[in-house]
Amino acid sequence: MQQSLRLTDTSIGKKVAMAASGVILFGFAAGHLLGNLQVFKGAEAFNSYAEWLHAHPQVVYPTRILVLFSLGMHVWSAWTLWSRNSDARPTPYKKKQDLATNYAAQTMYATGPLFLAFVLFHLAHLTVSPEYGFMGLTEESPFANLVSGFQHWWIVAIYAVGVLCLGVHLRHGLWSMFQTIGASHPKYDRYRAWIANLFAFLITVGFLSIPAGVMANIVTL
Amino acid sequence: MTERTMNITLHVWRQDNPGKPGKFERYEATDISEHSSFLEMLDLVNEGLIKDGKDPFSYDHDCREGVCGMCGMVINGIPHGPQAATTTCQLHMRKFKNGDELWLEPWRAAGFPVIKDLVVDRDAFDRIIQAGGYITSRTGSAPDANGIAIDKKTADAAFDAAACIGCGACVAACPNASAMLFVSAKITHLGLLPQGQPERKDRARKMVAQADAEGFGGCTNHRECEAACPKEIKFANIARLNRDFIGAMIKAPDDVPKPQPVR
Ligand code: SF4
Repeated sequence: MQQSLRLTDTSIGKKVAMAASGVILFGFAAGHLLGNLQVFKGAEAFNSYAEWLHAHPQVVYPTRILVLFSLGMHVWSAWTLWSRNSDARPTPYKKKQDLATNYAAQTMYATGPLFLAFVLFHLAHLTVSPEYGFMGLTEESPFANLVSGFQHWWIVAIYAVGVLCLGVHLRHGLWSMFQTIGASHPKYDRYRAWIANLFAFLITVGFLSIPAGVMANIVTL
Repeated sequence: MTERTMNITLHVWRQDNPGKPGKFERYEATDISEHSSFLEMLDLVNEGLIKDGKDPFSYDHDCREGVCGMCGMVINGIPHGPQAATTTCQLHMRKFKNGDELWLEPWRAAGFPVIKDLVVDRDAFDRIIQAGGYITSRTGSAPDANGIAIDKKTADAAFDAAACIGCGACVAACPNASAMLFVSAKITHLGLLPQGQPERKDRARKMVAQADAEGFGGCTNHRECEAACPKEIKFANIARLNRDFIGAMIKAPDDVPKPQPVR
């Protein structure tokens, strides 16, 4: 019997899954940034924010599940689209000139996995290490962990690379999302790139401001 | 006015059939007038090959007026060559200079197997059109012209999309060999007009499913297609296609069958 077409069978359906999960992950990143900017208010504000999170598993666990689910969907759609797209041109061109694309679009399959690797490092650094007392981190003061972490240049370098990957990824990803869900109108199309670039920029600068604040001694113990 | 002539070195992709591997062969085109068309230049080279008892290379062409969609090859990495909004047949040698070295390649896509040399099989596009790129209309006497009033703006926009000649350069240009610009041109052309409404929902689903079944890639929004298209079909049409497609998958009452992969 012939099967009927399902959304997820199709290349556009997979892109919709990519866009929807991407938006959720972006929303999480934005929320995570807003929460962490408390660091500029000082140790007390930051630690009490962390405590509030600990005291509200009803907020934290659903968020974690949603983020994990979205991440799975994002990786699955990226993987299946990538394998379809690489099969679609079995013989490569000897010469190929690019006329319109840009570095952000061309590096999506690099910035995505690199950022994911960074996230794993980030979790190991600030979530797992304090539990086991690695690198002198403790569970008492998340603020102290953050500040002492960014005393090491190599940790700052890893964070900078990770955040820049995210920024470049968002630049193409956010813009692509509009196109994928069909949000296009001749009058407003140029704003799509503006919005994508603006949010990519804000996220990048926002996250980089935290290690920068520590290094500039604005955020100190 | 004196006529400039030039010598050009060609590296032409030679491939006997879809199953065999291909390779580049080098040919010299000498004393080519700047007024000759690109295809005339190729004809001269082929004539020389025939005189020498060699096998001339094959390439596709028909009207040589830029309207039929038959011609097309990748010239130094750009489908239809360096002149924007121009088919290969409308390209002239004045765009090149003496001593230029040109690499001529066929459209490279799993959905477009090479038949011979620079000629590819574009039946996939016909099957995509057959899947949904049509309208139902009453047969019999022709309806009155302008019997259905359509405002000028809409008619113009539909016409812009209808200008697609099905050449396949969008697939050739796309890093993913995706056919979405071609599909979106038909979706936009018919979707803007009242005559296209009855099948609109099925059209998006059937055409996209067929394009997937043909082995074309998915769109990842590089916009290379739009830059290479000789008819300046707009990338915004793909957003319209996505909109119609997503809407139909969510709302349309009937299922459409999933086509079997072609290859
Ligand atoms: S959209 Fe443009 S490039 Fe693609 S088939 Fe139509 S005319 Fe050719």
